[in-house]
Amino acid sequence: MSITLSAGAVPGPRKDPAVALALGRRRKRADMIVRTLCVLATLIGLVFLASILATLFYRGFEAMSLRVFTHVTAPPGSEGGLLNAIVGSLIQAMLGTAIGTPIGMLVGTYLAEYARESRFGNMVRFVSDILLSAPSILVGLFVYQILVLPFGGFSGWAGVAALAIIVIPVVVRTTEDMLQLIPNTLREAVIGLGSPKWKMIVFVCWKSAMSGIITGILLAVARVAGETAPLLFTSLGNNTWSTDLSKPMSSLPVTIYSFAGSPFEDWIALAWAGALLITLSVLLLNILARSLLRTRK
Amino acid sequence: MSTTTENGTTEAASQSFGGVQARSGATLNAPRIAIRNLDFFYGDNRALKSIDFDIPDRQVTGMIGPSGCGKSTLLRVLNRMYSLYPGQRATGEAMMDGMNIVAPDADLNALRAKIGMVFQKPTPFPMTIYENIAFGVRLHEKMSRAQMDERVEWALSRAAIWDEVKDRLDSSALGLSGGQQQRLCIARTIAVRPEVILFDEPTSALDPISTLKIEELIDELKRDFTIVIVTHNMQQAARCADQVAFFYLGELIEVAPAAQMFTAPKHPKTQEYITGRFG
Repeated sequence: MSITLSAGAVPGPRKDPAVALALGRRRKRADMIVRTLCVLATLIGLVFLASILATLFYRGFEAMSLRVFTHVTAPPGSEGGLLNAIVGSLIQAMLGTAIGTPIGMLVGTYLAEYARESRFGNMVRFVSDILLSAPSILVGLFVYQILVLPFGGFSGWAGVAALAIIVIPVVVRTTEDMLQLIPNTLREAVIGLGSPKWKMIVFVCWKSAMSGIITGILLAVARVAGETAPLLFTSLGNNTWSTDLSKPMSSLPVTIYSFAGSPFEDWIALAWAGALLITLSVLLLNILARSLLRTRK
Repeated sequence: MSTTTENGTTEAASQSFGGVQARSGATLNAPRIAIRNLDFFYGDNRALKSIDFDIPDRQVTGMIGPSGCGKSTLLRVLNRMYSLYPGQRATGEAMMDGMNIVAPDADLNALRAKIGMVFQKPTPFPMTIYENIAFGVRLHEKMSRAQMDERVEWALSRAAIWDEVKDRLDSSALGLSGGQQQRLCIARTIAVRPEVILFDEPTSALDPISTLKIEELIDELKRDFTIVIVTHNMQQAARCADQVAFFYLGELIEVAPAAQMFTAPKHPKTQEYITGRFG
């Protein structure tokens, strides 16, 4: 059933150079239009991003001074800084990560190593993914209901709990993803030596996945560093110096929220400085996370 | 080492079976593992059908056959690797030291310490060369640092890699070449002092020179260890094995001393396979 085509037997009309030329021009025109649209759309996005960053850097650096780091928040017109907010944010983000990370790692390990295909595992994975994309104000309200109301008021601990709940699904996801990347042959090699499963997980799987998991933890820190909503209902904010976690505690995002909406020039300036601080630290964490992932390869 | 010729043609009349020359004069030792009426299932799919044969003590048993014939499956039965995966199960007997390997109540960690395995692709652990060896030893034995040093050196020497790594025991095993990694994996397996070592196509990811080294190593190791090797390479089976088992579609078609297998196979399927007419 083979058809042999000699040069003269090509079906269809003869090839016309003029038609080919016209078709080529049309293709080029269409290409031009699509390309212009794409570039334009990109430019629009970039313009907004650049103007946000430019305003942030301009207003932020303008308001930046040593005083921001040495003085606590103060009433308008009285030379305040952001020290309590910076320290409060650091404490709450660090503790939240410290509490959320081990839980998240263990859940991620359970999903990847013990419950890969089980119904319960699929359910946990699904719930964790929902939590990952849930609006963070829900987490704030949840902690408000179970920790703030029953225990007599806003506290740093409640803020820590809210941030920990946000950290957990991020760490679950990365831990599971990173463990899934490990080839089964490596697991079999460990088991083949007569190793119990927990030693395989702790000494080989976690070790192989460590840089990826640390990347996930850094991204989780970056995520909670900027969270405002879950802290509004939990640690509330505090305009005096306090490292007592059982009392309301200040934080950068909440301070920005209340200062930026105020009518006072110096408070608004401080809000810009705080926003710049958060942006820079999130940027730093992201760069760190990326470089960690790159050295893995 | 017996020598091999170039891989020959597949002429029907070729009495050397495609250039394969088996080691001569091999007689088989007493059985180390006795496999009787062994079946294996992936879910409902019966992948091994009533397998019966003996694996001789301190000799090399080569398992050959086309892809999907069940040879790797059988290897994974012998150290219960399949038990990692739900839905996979074996029935029948594989007796070693009066114990049935496939019995549900077998102590798997003890079994795997006795029956080690080397995989197709090198699988170094993400730790130092030293720790790669010490990790397996520590699972089963308690010893001083000095004793461990000795054990590590012994294992690396037996695996013919000591001279290459003795100056960098504390650097990562991931920095070794593929051939070195594979010998490290062999050292890691030996270090636990198993009685049987299973090789699952140990050289298929290696270059010819590394392959030669591993084959020489296997030849040397059989003085102390019972060895089972799965291979796709007929020349390799001929070079290494004392006994050869040919599998096809989950059945053991023929098992015989290597010399006999490669010169006078009884079954026409075996003859077709080793002369390269299918597979």
